[in-house]
Amino acid sequence: MSRLTRRQVLYSSAAALTGAVLAAPAAFPASAAGRPADGHGHSAGHGHSAGHGHSAGHQMPEPFDEVYQGRHIEGWPADDDGSPDGGHGGHHTGGAAGPHEGMDFVVRIDNDDLHVMRNADGTWISLVNHYETFTTPRALARAAVRELQGAELVPVVTG
Amino acid sequence: MAVRKNQADLTATEKRNFVDAVLELKSSGRYDEFINTHNAFIIGDTDNGERTGHRSPSFLPWHRRFLIQFEEALQSITPSVTLPYWDWTVDRTPRSSLWADDFLGGDGRSGDGRVTSGSFAFGSGKWPMNIRVDGRTFLRRSLGTGVRELPTRAEVDQVLAMPVYDAAPWNSSSDGFRNNIEGWRGPNLHNRVHVWVGGQMTTGASPNDPVFWLHHCFIDKLWADWQRLHPKSGYLPTGNTPNVVDLNDTMKPWNDVTPADLLDHTKFYTYA
Repeated sequence: MSRLTRRQVLYSSAAALTGAVLAAPAAFPASAAGRPADGHGHSAGHGHSAGHGHSAGHQMPEPFDEVYQGRHIEGWPADDDGSPDGGHGGHHTGGAAGPHEGMDFVVRIDNDDLHVMRNADGTWISLVNHYETFTTPRALARAAVRELQGAELVPVVTG
Repeated sequence: MAVRKNQADLTATEKRNFVDAVLELKSSGRYDEFINTHNAFIIGDTDNGERTGHRSPSFLPWHRRFLIQFEEALQSITPSVTLPYWDWTVDRTPRSSLWADDFLGGDGRSGDGRVTSGSFAFGSGKWPMNIRVDGRTFLRRSLGTGVRELPTRAEVDQVLAMPVYDAAPWNSSSDGFRNNIEGWRGPNLHNRVHVWVGGQMTTGASPNDPVFWLHHCFIDKLWADWQRLHPKSGYLPTGNTPNVVDLNDTMKPWNDVTPADLLDHTKFYTYA
């Protein structure tokens, strides 16, 4: 993708802010018991059963928009060309949602894009939790909030 | 010929030489180029598109080449240094000597996960997080939090017993040895270890934690072990597979090396 993407524009401005973002976290989540039941895939090493609900038709998850542990998380399906669609018009003046064709769902935390990817079985991963799968983008966004402990996302650097 | 050892068997001098060479690569900027490369591939590799470094048959040869390149960089500083491996089926607690202050430093502290001891602690001033996915500039770990248990030897043996290297559709949904060792299927080996360590190891920028190399060195050794167990099983696929690195296709980012070139690790190093 040759054009300057919306993500890159967003991130170039976000980069200037990253020195000031070390908000004090609340208690670190100590166990999976503290996590929402709708989310966790097979990170505990029990195979892939959690993801198979989506595997047949790859039904695109519903948009979401909520405050979770003090962070504004939102997500919605992207268009075929990578630009967001539907219901979030105020956000989307700049074109594409992300630099990668694999991005078919947009996830944001406090208006910063979180890079996400859908697995072949319909589960999801993010750049913040890249080695464990989640059944929905909302669960992935919540996991990222817990992992970030108040920190802001910064530009994705791909050299 | 380089000999790669179990990290538990390193002498104090070998540990110090390894750590010092890693720190020198960091201060020169060369270390961060490795993080950058890894992050770029982990973002770019997709199940239904081009995939090279992860979720594909070339996961193993790609990381073998990546580790050789890193090991050569270390050796350009101290020629005797080789990559150690971390057998997490044995050294499976935060009390392992791996996490001592004279080697990789300890677990992160409660609250913010910051590693506060050893050469890679933020306070040392020698280990800045320049390539990162969030605003935090300190190395973090949370050993055993994201998932309680590291894989066991029995789980490793279960995966090593799989006779077929990889299978269509050659991605995270495949059956076969490669995807089971990578961890998208089965008992979950490689992926789970990233999650167990926590901190930057759970992100696309996972080489920010030097344990990345020791983890992948053990994965690489397990590939060699698998080859010995299944001498008639070869790398798959062997030709004309869209978006996937076939046996004799060159791999990015080097473009001059194929999986076939990397099948025999004894051309480059041996395992003690």
